[in-house]
Amino acid sequence: MAKVLVVTSGKGGVGKTTTTAALGAALAQSGQRVVLVDFDVGLRNLDLVLGAERRVVFDFINVIQGVAKLSQAVIRDKRIDTLALLPASQTRDKDALTEEGVARVIADLRRMCDWVICDSPAGIERGAILAMRHADAAIIVTNPEVSSVRDSDRIIGLLDAKTVKAEKGERIEKHLLIARYDAARAARGEMLNVEDILEILSIPLLGIIPESDEVLRASNIGCPVTLSEATGVTARAYADAARRLNGEEIEMIVPSDKKGLLVKLFGRRAA
Amino acid sequence: MNIFGFVKRRRSAPVARERLQILLEYERCLTSQSSDLIAVLRDEIVSVVARHVVVDRDKVQVRVDRGVAVSILGVDVEIPNVMRATRGRPADPKNVRHVKSNYRRPGLKHEQR
Repeated sequence: MAKVLVVTSGKGGVGKTTTTAALGAALAQSGQRVVLVDFDVGLRNLDLVLGAERRVVFDFINVIQGVAKLSQAVIRDKRIDTLALLPASQTRDKDALTEEGVARVIADLRRMCDWVICDSPAGIERGAILAMRHADAAIIVTNPEVSSVRDSDRIIGLLDAKTVKAEKGERIEKHLLIARYDAARAARGEMLNVEDILEILSIPLLGIIPESDEVLRASNIGCPVTLSEATGVTARAYADAARRLNGEEIEMIVPSDKKGLLVKLFGRRAA
Repeated sequence: MNIFGFVKRRRSAPVARERLQILLEYERCLTSQSSDLIAVLRDEIVSVVARHVVVDRDKVQVRVDRGVAVSILGVDVEIPNVMRATRGRPADPKNVRHVKSNYRRPGLKHEQR
């Protein structure tokens, strides 16, 4: 039975889609079956980041409406055969994403694989709530910046109120992923540092992703950053985060884009 | 610009941290209380009032005005003047006047911290 993860943030442009693709690829590389689900109806982009945009025939809403079977809509990745994508619809009305339809598709996906990773749209509207609805665990992507941290706090509140797990009185597992982090600027006091963000949001840290050119290069060519720049700091940070998701205990390092400057700041572990 | 101004300007992160801590403390109680609390209060108040008076459930307003020291809970229950009509003769829907009774009884006015 698969574990359902939602990658969410509230704020847009913080790195949800990049994270979904990179973590999905890293988990799939270890041989686990992973399906990535794009919930951003009308503004799908996960297909583009994965380089699968020309292979989309059917989408999530087609499956919900019974136009296509799940197996017809799911696109298998060409590089890693245990990685697959269920694309969002680009054209349809987002109200076509129904509560029952989403529940049914997620239940079917759970039987097919080891990880279902839901890429949430920005905001706190219907799409974002449906993306988190059936999650067992959430990854909250935050940038070291006031508006992102505030929106993350709001999303954490919603995860504790609107998910099926929360409604059953269970606790949804929450992980913080700090993206676009510049260790040098944080050290100079120009940017919120990791400890500040952890103290404010008080959820366990899954990983720190540096601000890096590698992310843009990877999306330019349509390949998860963990594959295209496998030896880079970003790939390393995502790979470590993926291993932590699998329950491994790995020392948290604060990555820096400059080579040889892997600053070990503290030994805080992800829960 | 002197040297101190330069140093002060660069260390903006502590300001961000402090602003966030103050803001989120406020927003957390706002979101955790208001939505659920008001819905619960509304339902319970309506059911009490409805025991004695005919009340249209859509015409009840419950709101909280937040002040610095105290917050005011306001309840507006709109009661059709159907009671007066039923006393003498059967209520004719055409004669029922919908008058908004916009008074707040002291008993329904609570102060919250």
